[in-house]
Amino acid sequence: MSDAAILRGRWLRVLAPVLVAIVMLAAWQALVTVNQVPAYLVPSPLRVLHTLYADRALLFASLAVTLGVALSALVLAVVAGVAIALVFAQSRWIEMSLFPYAILLQVTPIVAIAPLIIIWVHDTRAALVLCAVVVAIFPIISNTTLGLRSVDRGLANLFRLSQATRWQTLWRLRVPSALPYFFGGLRIASGLALIGAVVAEFVAGTGGESAGLAYQILLAGIQLNIPRLFAALVLIAGAGVAMFAATVGLSRLALARWHESELPRDE
Amino acid sequence: MTGDGGGDGSRAAVATAPPLVELHGVTRTYANGTRALADVDLEIRRGEFLTIVGPSGCGKSTLLNLVAGLAQPSAGRIRWQAAGGARPHIGFVFQSPTLMPWARLSTNVRLPLDLAGVPRAAADAAVADALARVKLAGFARHLPRELSGGMQMRASIARALVTAPDLLLMDEPFGALDEFTRQRLDAELLSLWLAQRFTVVFVTHSIHEAVFLSTRVAVMAARPGRILDAWDIAQPYPRDDAFRVSTAFAAQAQRLSARVADAGAGALPDE
Repeated sequence: MSDAAILRGRWLRVLAPVLVAIVMLAAWQALVTVNQVPAYLVPSPLRVLHTLYADRALLFASLAVTLGVALSALVLAVVAGVAIALVFAQSRWIEMSLFPYAILLQVTPIVAIAPLIIIWVHDTRAALVLCAVVVAIFPIISNTTLGLRSVDRGLANLFRLSQATRWQTLWRLRVPSALPYFFGGLRIASGLALIGAVVAEFVAGTGGESAGLAYQILLAGIQLNIPRLFAALVLIAGAGVAMFAATVGLSRLALARWHESELPRDE
Repeated sequence: MTGDGGGDGSRAAVATAPPLVELHGVTRTYANGTRALADVDLEIRRGEFLTIVGPSGCGKSTLLNLVAGLAQPSAGRIRWQAAGGARPHIGFVFQSPTLMPWARLSTNVRLPLDLAGVPRAAADAAVADALARVKLAGFARHLPRELSGGMQMRASIARALVTAPDLLLMDEPFGALDEFTRQRLDAELLSLWLAQRFTVVFVTHSIHEAVFLSTRVAVMAARPGRILDAWDIAQPYPRDDAFRVSTAFAAQAQRLSARVADAGAGALPDE
């Protein structure tokens, strides 16, 4: 491929989805306008944009709450998930004994556990964070455990031959080998943390000062303020995309120099 | 020319050198009952370049792992002749370069020293020296993926030599490389060996490589893995490209391939 062709390919990757969005939004706007659909059924994109601006104080305060819960949950899930994976990686026995319970945590729907957590934990914010952690932690545990085990056999033999201590093998071999797997888990967890936060907010139904975006959606639905509902949805989706992009950037920062997944494709 | 006996090479003394390690009746049986090695007797002499040749699945790699201590024999004994019968310093070069992809070449080569707790300054000096010896002096800051396969293999050799081992075990190290690169690395390995006088046990599929490199060759047969024959290649060093086309080389290659063919044929009825 020539340089010009590579550049064209790169532009196309950005341009094509943007074009799709423009066409879709224009069609939506046209359909709503031509058919005179009332805003309480389907608001037009321009109307949603306007609401986003008009209700900005309310909506962005809620966004800050939801994003705060999701990010705290993601950080906690990473800390706890990596710690659990390190314990699992120490012995097959520990992993075999405890891994089924990690799966149990994963397959039980959060909507079913959330009411209990909200009853047990008095501080609402802490309860919301805990719910989101429960949802987000599994991919971190399972991916990091897998990564800590996925060590090149030759390198493992080399470490044994050099009489490396357990700690040296962990720190110099297993942790770096696990990084690509960990970042794969982190990408999934970032989305799950946000979903967990939103679901927990729905269940808790917290209003007032600590009202998150889920509460705004709930309230807007009851009040038939559909433009605001859409505006809140747009913010949640935007927050999810931003969190995902941040983890992708983090992964690139850590792996770009050496791992296949982050090497330039054109090479 | 049979190649047996004393010979006239500068390394002829190796034939009578004291053994570094002796294997007596070494057997290695897997959990499923397969005998990877059966009753192997082998003596590795101090300073020799011993090459082990045989069909795939004959237990060549298993033999190296046992000598390295990465596996234990199911029966038999491995007796080291060094002081106190302790295992000496061993360098191991695997089939693939097995470098850490996230670490620069200098870090990769320094690894055995880091693991042994050698102070950084001394380790860095040893690394620079080892990289220079394998002609990678300018590549200390490179990552493995930035190097060719041959260069990665040379880095792997530098890592094995950085601890100044008494014994270098090499498990088909150049098998994945193209013929030209392999011949060049063979020659470089020989000059390193001539300069430093460590002992080498080298496993290969290649008859020509075995004859070119070795002071002694051992032929293994499969199922169960055992040593069929071993003899000295008493040709003088340094050996160069002229040796590759000499009649002595051809005669040794012919003898070796005949024995390897025996080993392959003998393998089937034993199963």
